[in-house]
Amino acid sequence: MSTRLDHGGRLIDRDRPVTFRFNGKKMPGFAGDTVASALLANDRVMVGRSFKYHRPRGIVAAGPEEPNALLNMGRGPRFEPNQRATTTELFDGLEAESQNHWPSLEYDVGAINQLASRLLPAGFYYKTFIHPRPAWKHVFEPVIRNSAGLGKAPKDGDADRYEHFYWFTDILIVGGGIAGLQAALTAATSGLRVTLIEQTAHWGGRAPVDGAEIDGEWADEWVQGAVQALETMPNVTLRTRLMGAGVYDHGYVLGYERVSDHSPADDQPRHRLWKIRARQVITATGAIERPLSFPGNDLPGVMLASAVRDYAVNFAVSPGQRTVVVTNNDDAYLTALALVDVGQTVPAIVDARPAGGGELAQEVANHGVEVHLGAAIAGVTGRSRVEGVKITAQTGTGTDPTEIACDCVAMSGGWSPVVHLWSHCGGKLTWNAPLAMFQPDPERPPTGADGQGFVTAAGVAAGVPIERAGEGLSNFQTLRSATEAAQSVCVRLGRSVGDAAMPAVREVETAPLAPVWIMPDGADIRLREKMWLDFQNDVKVSDVQLAAQEGFESVEHTKRYTTLGMATDQGKLSNINGLAVLSKALDAEIPQVGTTTFRPPYTPISMAAIAGEARGKTFQPLRRTPMHDWHAANGAHWEPVGHWRRPYCYLHGSETPEQAVAREVRNTRANLGLLDASTLGKIVVKGPDACRFVDMLYTNKMSTLKPGRCRYGLMCSENGFLSDDGVVARIDAQTFLCHTTSGGADRIHAWMEDWLQCEWWDWQVYTANLTEQYAQIAVVGPNARKVLEKLGGSLDVSREALPFMGWAAGRLAGFDARAYRISFSGELSYEISVPAATGAEFWDLLIEAGEEFGAMPYGTEALHVMRAEKGFIMIGDETDGTVIPQDLGLDWAISKKKDDYLGKRAQERSHMTDPERWKLVGLETMDGSVLPDGAYAVGAGTNANGQRNMVGRVTSTYHSPTLDKGIAMGLVLHGSDRMGEVLEFPGTDGKTTRARIVDPVFYDPAGEKQNA
Amino acid sequence: MRRYSAFAIAREALRHHKGWERAWRSPEPRPRYDAIIVGAGGHGLATAYFLGKNHGLKNVAIIEKGWLGGGNTGRNTTIIRSNYLQDPSAAIYEKARSLYETISQDLNYNVMFSPRGVIMLAQTHHEVRGYQRTAHANALQGVQTEWIGPERVKELCPIINLDGPRYPVLGGLWQARGGTARHDAVAWGYARACSAMGMDIIQQCEVTGVRSSNGQVMGVETTKGPIDCDKLGVVVAGHSGVLAEMAGFRLPIESVSLQALVSEPIKPCMDVVVMANTVHGYMSQSDKGEMVIGGGTDGYNNYTQRGSFHHVEETVRALIETFPMISRLKMLRQWGGIVDVTGDRSPIISKTPLGNCFINCGWGTGGFKAIPGSGWAMAELMAKGGSTLADAFSLDRFREGRFIDESVAAGVAH
Ligand SMILES: Cc1cc2nc3c(=O)[nH]c(=O)nc-3n(C[C@H](O)[C@H](O)[C@H](O)COP(=O)(O)OP(=O)(O)OC[C@H]3O[C@@H](n4cnc5c(N)ncnc54)[C@H](O)[C@@H]3O)c2cc1C
Repeated sequence: MSTRLDHGGRLIDRDRPVTFRFNGKKMPGFAGDTVASALLANDRVMVGRSFKYHRPRGIVAAGPEEPNALLNMGRGPRFEPNQRATTTELFDGLEAESQNHWPSLEYDVGAINQLASRLLPAGFYYKTFIHPRPAWKHVFEPVIRNSAGLGKAPKDGDADRYEHFYWFTDILIVGGGIAGLQAALTAATSGLRVTLIEQTAHWGGRAPVDGAEIDGEWADEWVQGAVQALETMPNVTLRTRLMGAGVYDHGYVLGYERVSDHSPADDQPRHRLWKIRARQVITATGAIERPLSFPGNDLPGVMLASAVRDYAVNFAVSPGQRTVVVTNNDDAYLTALALVDVGQTVPAIVDARPAGGGELAQEVANHGVEVHLGAAIAGVTGRSRVEGVKITAQTGTGTDPTEIACDCVAMSGGWSPVVHLWSHCGGKLTWNAPLAMFQPDPERPPTGADGQGFVTAAGVAAGVPIERAGEGLSNFQTLRSATEAAQSVCVRLGRSVGDAAMPAVREVETAPLAPVWIMPDGADIRLREKMWLDFQNDVKVSDVQLAAQEGFESVEHTKRYTTLGMATDQGKLSNINGLAVLSKALDAEIPQVGTTTFRPPYTPISMAAIAGEARGKTFQPLRRTPMHDWHAANGAHWEPVGHWRRPYCYLHGSETPEQAVAREVRNTRANLGLLDASTLGKIVVKGPDACRFVDMLYTNKMSTLKPGRCRYGLMCSENGFLSDDGVVARIDAQTFLCHTTSGGADRIHAWMEDWLQCEWWDWQVYTANLTEQYAQIAVVGPNARKVLEKLGGSLDVSREALPFMGWAAGRLAGFDARAYRISFSGELSYEISVPAATGAEFWDLLIEAGEEFGAMPYGTEALHVMRAEKGFIMIGDETDGTVIPQDLGLDWAISKKKDDYLGKRAQERSHMTDPERWKLVGLETMDGSVLPDGAYAVGAGTNANGQRNMVGRVTSTYHSPTLDKGIAMGLVLHGSDRMGEVLEFPGTDGKTTRARIVDPVFYDPAGEKQNA
Repeated sequence: MRRYSAFAIAREALRHHKGWERAWRSPEPRPRYDAIIVGAGGHGLATAYFLGKNHGLKNVAIIEKGWLGGGNTGRNTTIIRSNYLQDPSAAIYEKARSLYETISQDLNYNVMFSPRGVIMLAQTHHEVRGYQRTAHANALQGVQTEWIGPERVKELCPIINLDGPRYPVLGGLWQARGGTARHDAVAWGYARACSAMGMDIIQQCEVTGVRSSNGQVMGVETTKGPIDCDKLGVVVAGHSGVLAEMAGFRLPIESVSLQALVSEPIKPCMDVVVMANTVHGYMSQSDKGEMVIGGGTDGYNNYTQRGSFHHVEETVRALIETFPMISRLKMLRQWGGIVDVTGDRSPIISKTPLGNCFINCGWGTGGFKAIPGSGWAMAELMAKGGSTLADAFSLDRFREGRFIDESVAAGVAH
């Protein structure tokens, strides 16, 4: 039975009892418990089902390496699957459910897979389900999908809040065990900024649990002292519940802080993602114990020896009343001692080493515990929980075992330094053969831009220098390594450290570890099929051996073939054991076979924390023009345009958008339309070399433009393709105002800067993107001049003073304004720009003053329709990155006089001058209907690949309210030479539309209206 | 080659699977081959496979510097679709997709091709028009796609949020026979078939030089010594620039790192693949239950096959907007792969300035789906000197300005 002990419990607070629910059942616990310790205190040993065979699974570990105890927690918008019980702090009212079973944890139909397990070895999927062909999609795959997966999918959004936090530090120390604390104490004396972070809620790591003695006191006391000392130092920052999640280039480290997971009622963010820039990083991340591979090692009740110790010491929980310890090293003897200490029975220690352990073994023997040397476990009895173990000789084949009754097995296969953070950014590992572990190779650290290492491992995480391997993973070694790491890091940062006191440690004499990868050594295939390597994914020793037999020799192949190490613990428990089995099967040395790559994050981090505050309305910045609120209040039907939102049209009453657009077009053509054109890009280009610059940017010769005049210009990419267009106004001799498309403003500004900063850095030109500094309103229609004249002011908008394609500045009804006489609709039109701060007021004024002239606002769709009626191209419709100005009949806007402009050379390439290029034409359906958007015209026959030959396509298509019929533009093979011909456009619905090639200008071809 | 089947498994189960043979041999290189393929990724292996299968050329070696399938083939997010816009693209991707339909039977290896359907969401009017255009083109190209409205999107993918506050879903382009496959299995299946044809797959062997004489390729230098060949196919994705330099020519390719991530596994909740190009991210659920997520490329050229964080953040944001339920999932693992990107985002399958040296590269962020078709075309080009599927993708196109620009259709081309 797994129970709470009457006394002790370093981390629990017996004065603060709490209640929680597991699978609906109410259970007691204490503040300070983890969900795992509370479950064990309530005798809940089995907590889940494995992935493939749905075998019973129990708690194995006490930390982030736990592969089994993953639970569904919370409900509604606070429901979350796959919460690790060992790292989740208990709180009152917590609700948890076990996962991956149906109908219940105890009776799981999926467990039938176990019976067939012989048929489902590694990689069986690849060898079967091949016939009949449709069966994979319709039969096999759905079954596999349903049996796989772990937790339930959340159904709702997320009710919690998350934030990002930016942090700069000279030295970041990850891990708050004695190594991290000692490194911080040492580094802090340099005066540099030191940040120490710890993933759990507590300082000290393993040492206090292991009963270590530092400076003559229990490690726990030393830890308290160290933390107090650090807290008083102004250059030191300490944080718990903050995990180092990933190390990236240039000392960029992600920290994952679980701010209120343990107290969800607080009005705090749930998680906080730290984006840390550290000049140097010290990883003092400790080590993780390895399981042993013996038959039946996956049964609930088989746990890591260190975890059993953690539960006893930290939480006063004994996972069993009779615990057999099985080990290949001295460390597990500490578990036996801890259990004996709290009055539990240890019926046997099974030590694979013929010579047994050192000082600790002696101590254990003194307590009368029976120790079996050179021994192994050949089997575990019990169905869903340990009832006993079979003991045999390690060197044998597992025959004739003796059975010992027990309800818990504490296993230790040695330790692996946590090298994840060291490895994320390219730090290399080296194999420490005596201790059978990979450890950071200090000669090959992750390097920064200067070629110097920026990560240093410290403490157990650094392993043990080979020459000192005999000393084992001692506390002395840990503290010395931490001190040295901190010293060298400070020196690297150009500081010396004060005399860091190296604490005195009481050391116990240990016997060397014996690498043991399977138990017993001579186990036959029947036993090897029961030795689990990866508990969650159900990968067994026999699976890895099969992979090797089938030629999956690379460790990456084996991993992928067997799914070893691909579970949610990412192989924290299984990798090294699996690797050892693989190398044995290949008859190669472990370091030759190598490890798989360690990838961030160290343990899974919430998607929500990654997204931070940027969700919902703040997902992306919403850009608002000064008139945005007016539009919203007046029926705007919005359309996203880049980060802007623009009115597509304004809905009156019960109008449909189509009706609204038609009304807006007719009114603008007949009376007066107002368009919020503020989103239009407005980039000022200024300086002695401005002329030269705009001549390179535009295909036109802009330098000849006179101040006070405007010109329509085209910009191309280096590949010659049309990338943006707009009207350029010459402000003065050295200043141009370049209008761009709304979507293009930022891109074009960046493009200008790219050339100025990277290519023409010696040209004296400055650019500024003033898009948001001005509100711009297009005043369009026969009454445009009347309304502006009514406003009055110094700005003369008369036909004579301000002709078509001119601009002027002055005051309009008390507003500072510029008027550009340009037209994208074919009507008499002025674009008035005023400082953004006065935009809304000016708009109100225009609406009011325009009332007598029939003023109505219009949206983007009316704008598009009117420009199409007029045959004007639109970037993004007529162009798509493959169209050159020549295709669009815009040769007139390409200067023949200039030596060069961006795109010129490209436009001379053979394919660009090919007469077979499709050219812009107008299209009119035979029946007046609207051509389908994006339709292609077909010619006769098919091409070499059997596709229908295409001879043209629709680029824009609308119903024209002005002409009351469908009008379209398109690009057509030999288009301009084929006026009057009829093309066929097959639709996706099987119907074909016929349309005649016509001139693209459908409205006022002579331009009388805009020139009026 | 011993055939795989349910029966074979049952038989082997009785003897604890002791009888399975190696999936592929691991030979030492011979001094000379009729053809050498550099790079045992999906494209290299498929090229070799079709050289043997379609053209009877079996004295072939595939040389791989690491382990086969360990490049982008083993790192990608496995989306398979052929709803491309331009004719040559639609032709080769549809060829590939149709080969995927029967690949498991052809190779006697279950690559788990799952035509679960791919939706490309339209979230701006501009995208709506773009996808309607693609749907029209696809109809004429023999690619089955369909423009669908928001309700149908929701029906196909119930976890989607149609009316996010920023970019409501306006519809989508649906390819019902698009989907996913198991990436490793594609490499392994081809490798097993190549090995069975007698081809040599030589792993842990890096090509360090290309030997030539009088403008003709003679062979390669490798870390296992020189090897002669009549024809050389270079199929090394992100390292194409490096190999081209060895062969004495330059390529219009940039190598950048593309980021991807998976969540922890959960029970099935998403049957289709969804790509959301306006917000920039895509997602599907693997058979294991992980949500497989991809997004953007890093903004700088590099060769480190490493995850960086910037794009992960943007991608996850975009997908939380699209699928609010993933907010309470956790990221299990992120990684990056070096993708070879051309200026027009289309691949290069071409002769090169060096005689009898051919190159297949530039698949960039989206070449997994193309593997069988690309192998088919490349093999034909190497065997016959030309291929209707490959011709448009020649290197000449950059000189002539004859681009096959797919960025036209969609921002993301995975
Ligand atoms: C994160 C990510 C997500 C992606 N998602 C998708 C997707 O969803 N759908 C899709 O269709 N595509 C996707 N892709 C793209 C796809 O992965 C690639 O286009 C495709 O796998 C390339 O295959 P390959 O065989 O050309 O290259 P690789 O698989 O990279 O193979 C090239 C091989 O050449 C070897 N090599 C290099 N140099 C040498 C040398 N000197 N000597 C010997 N061998 C050498 C390499 O080791 C490597 O094995 C994605 C890519 C990435 C990185």
